[in-house]
Amino acid sequence: MQDEPNKLVKEIAAEKYKYGFTTDIHTDIIERGLNEDVVRLISEKKGEPDWLMEFRLNAFRYWQTLEMPRWAHLDIPDIDFQAISYYAAPKARKEGPKSMDEVDPELIKTFNKLGIPLEEQMALSGVAVDAVMDSVSVKTTYKEALIERGIIFCSISEAVREHPDLVRKYLGSVVPYRDNFFAALNSAVFSDGSFVFIPKGVRCPMELSTYFRINAANTGQFERTLIVADDDSYVSYLEGCTAPMRDENQLHAAIVEIVVNNRAEVKYSTVQNWYPGDAEGKGGVYNFVTKRGNCRGVDSKLSWTQVETGSAITWKYPSCILTGDNSQAEFYSVAVTNNFQQADTGTKMIHLGKNTRSTIISKGISAGRSQNSYRGLVRVAAKADGARNYSQCDSLLLGDKCGAHTFPYMDIHNETAVVEHEATTSKISEDQLFYCNQRGIPTEDAVGLIVNGYAKEVLNKLPMEFAVEAQKLLAISLEGSVG
Amino acid sequence: MKAEQQYIDLYRQCKEMIAAHSAEAMNALREQAFADFQRMGFPTRKVEKYKYTDVAKLFEPDYGLNLNRLDIPVNPADAFKCDVPNMSTSLYFMLNDGFDRRDLPKASLPDGVLVGSLRELTATHPELAARYGKLADTSRDAVTALNTMLAQDGLLIYVPKDVVVERPIQVVNLLRSAVDFMVNRRVLIVLEDGAQARLLMCDHAMDRVKFLATQVIEVFVGKDAVFDLYELEETHNNTVRFSNLYVHQEAGSNVLLNSMTLHNGTTRNTAEVTLDGRGAEVQMLGMAIEDKQQQVDNNTFIDHRASDCTSNELYKYVLDDSAVGAFAGKVLVREGAQRTSSQQTNRNLCATREARMYTQPQLEIYADDVKCSHGATVGQLDENALFYMRQRGIGEREARLLLMFAFVNEVVDQIRLDALKDRLHLLVEKRFRGELNKCQGCVICK
Repeated sequence: MQDEPNKLVKEIAAEKYKYGFTTDIHTDIIERGLNEDVVRLISEKKGEPDWLMEFRLNAFRYWQTLEMPRWAHLDIPDIDFQAISYYAAPKARKEGPKSMDEVDPELIKTFNKLGIPLEEQMALSGVAVDAVMDSVSVKTTYKEALIERGIIFCSISEAVREHPDLVRKYLGSVVPYRDNFFAALNSAVFSDGSFVFIPKGVRCPMELSTYFRINAANTGQFERTLIVADDDSYVSYLEGCTAPMRDENQLHAAIVEIVVNNRAEVKYSTVQNWYPGDAEGKGGVYNFVTKRGNCRGVDSKLSWTQVETGSAITWKYPSCILTGDNSQAEFYSVAVTNNFQQADTGTKMIHLGKNTRSTIISKGISAGRSQNSYRGLVRVAAKADGARNYSQCDSLLLGDKCGAHTFPYMDIHNETAVVEHEATTSKISEDQLFYCNQRGIPTEDAVGLIVNGYAKEVLNKLPMEFAVEAQKLLAISLEGSVG
Repeated sequence: MKAEQQYIDLYRQCKEMIAAHSAEAMNALREQAFADFQRMGFPTRKVEKYKYTDVAKLFEPDYGLNLNRLDIPVNPADAFKCDVPNMSTSLYFMLNDGFDRRDLPKASLPDGVLVGSLRELTATHPELAARYGKLADTSRDAVTALNTMLAQDGLLIYVPKDVVVERPIQVVNLLRSAVDFMVNRRVLIVLEDGAQARLLMCDHAMDRVKFLATQVIEVFVGKDAVFDLYELEETHNNTVRFSNLYVHQEAGSNVLLNSMTLHNGTTRNTAEVTLDGRGAEVQMLGMAIEDKQQQVDNNTFIDHRASDCTSNELYKYVLDDSAVGAFAGKVLVREGAQRTSSQQTNRNLCATREARMYTQPQLEIYADDVKCSHGATVGQLDENALFYMRQRGIGEREARLLLMFAFVNEVVDQIRLDALKDRLHLLVEKRFRGELNKCQGCVICK
């Protein structure tokens, strides 16, 4: 029994990234390097108003005073921020595509390879896709159905043009540019992203979805997503990504901001499967993301669900600020690392309002020589009476060369708070494997079963179409990698 | 003025005096420790390990030091009566940082067992002197560096191979001074293979002046040796205590570390345990009952270097008034440390809004065949249990006390010395009732 799993591990290790391909599209790339002129150029290219350029310049000036953060349990190679090109836009045909026919056929082919239902399947699955390829929105569907209800779902650049007041009001309100190194960088050079506004009392009829991809070589991608759910509204937002194979590391520093007003609910789901590097740890995406939501209103609810399987380095802490009384937050996460991948991910739950509740369920799975860390903070402020938190962080180790770590922080400043944290680390139980083997289930399948069962609690939280993709991803990343 | 500077100046000026009243083994490490201290300075709160304790601020005030080793005209045996009745121990005293030679216990220790002044015993036993400073790495911790740089004496305990010390050894650390005072105490404990010993250390402050005590304890536990260390702190609100404990365990050894804080000012306990042989086992227990402005910061680190080792941690805090509690526990399981079993639990009760608790249980694991878990909770007394008791005619205050008592008893009950366990039950209860621990025949509380 010992020999076979080892063979499987080798097979898995040798497996190439299935989604590694490059689409041949002409992109409009500006010179490498970063200075105030580049920031101005980006802003000009996008025809932005002065206040936004000012916002970018302030962020850039602040960023220059910062140093790369080193506190995470990650081995981050030095990144030369001057060797990156900060803007790449697919060359739009004069007017930009108005229907499917006008979309670059190569692009459509790429999406098809990834199995994204951009055409008819889309109507069937009821998903509106705001396809982002190298930062600039290429096509937005289902717009009409949304417009009817007053829902705004467009690219950030479009929103800046069409709804400047809304963007100005909320941009940077949850993640200010002074938040951290990567947030400042993103605020200075963000290229595009999505903007969602759900008006009062509207329940978004479909799941909103964007597809982020990193496509042109050597371009960092800096999306910015802003979701605002006004009073009594509801939206479920999906984000998923796969990236082409690259030899050089790619930098990705996104910001997601979510504002949840009175009695509104936002569900944010993401599947991240960027290129993790090859079996020797060469290449792969660096993913430094700042995601945060503010439950500003009373009885509001925010739910993060993430499945992280890709990227060479992941640095990501989707967080919630529970400002409104009785607000709720959830964080469900599955993080899988294999080969030389490193992930330092988790969440922050900041309880400010009364009777606020938060739940954290985190499942880490490490294989190969990877390092997988959970890092989380639960803070209960002095005025947050009756706050309640439950955290559970489990780690599963597949192989004796990998690492699984947990770094939870709990800062409690209120006597009425009830905070619980539990974590376990173990390997796949021999008993469970034996039980499956006994019933004729081969080890490989049994591992798949057990891992899927282990992550079920989180996968169940994903919208249906995503759950299927996530399960496939888990299978690809893990099948058989048990020693 | 930076807090470090006064210590740097002090060392520069008094180097010769410090060395003249100390032992060769201790002097040998001073220069290196000084260089390390100068390089590091006190850790700021940006340093993860000292996030919850502002070290520099605590070292800032001007404390007196007894570098000349002037005799303190007090006989601790007269001044202090142990308030653990029915416990028969070999009782020793440390007065500030020096070992007290008066009235040594009459009951003799087994042959070859040494309990005495670090300064004297390292001079006569070079093989023990060689162990000094081997665990307490001055390049990694500024407080350890400062202690190594200034400490002149302390305690040494040696238990030879296969010797079992039946009677618990009790060392009472008395802090005594007329002016604000700094004490740098050093302890070296060596248990050879198969040896067994139990040590109870109590900290008492006898005067109402400000005390700052640093303590570095190094413990070597040989193969299959068994060692229990109980530390009980009963000082007052003006004391600052920094204790750095380093334990090195070999295969099959079994260690119990218990640190209890009943009365204190600001306490920072750091414990680093290295499990360096197959099948070593460590159990760490901690308890803190705090009110007023008291602060307790426990920082533990368990390094699983070998396979089949077990570690268990249980820390409980009860915080009242504006007390601040912090717990950071890290368990590192190195590559190859298979079949490790590690459990860490931190439970805390906050009684007021002003009380703050920071907890940080951490796991860092590089081996796959392990069972590791940690759990942490912060909360209040169970309302249902309270209701149940009140229903049965128990007053609310009494019911609360009972529940708090039960809460910390989980720690007290693990004590392997029955007399001490009984006594602690009483002390804890008294503490909760807000009574001072007045004990029969002791001048301290009079």
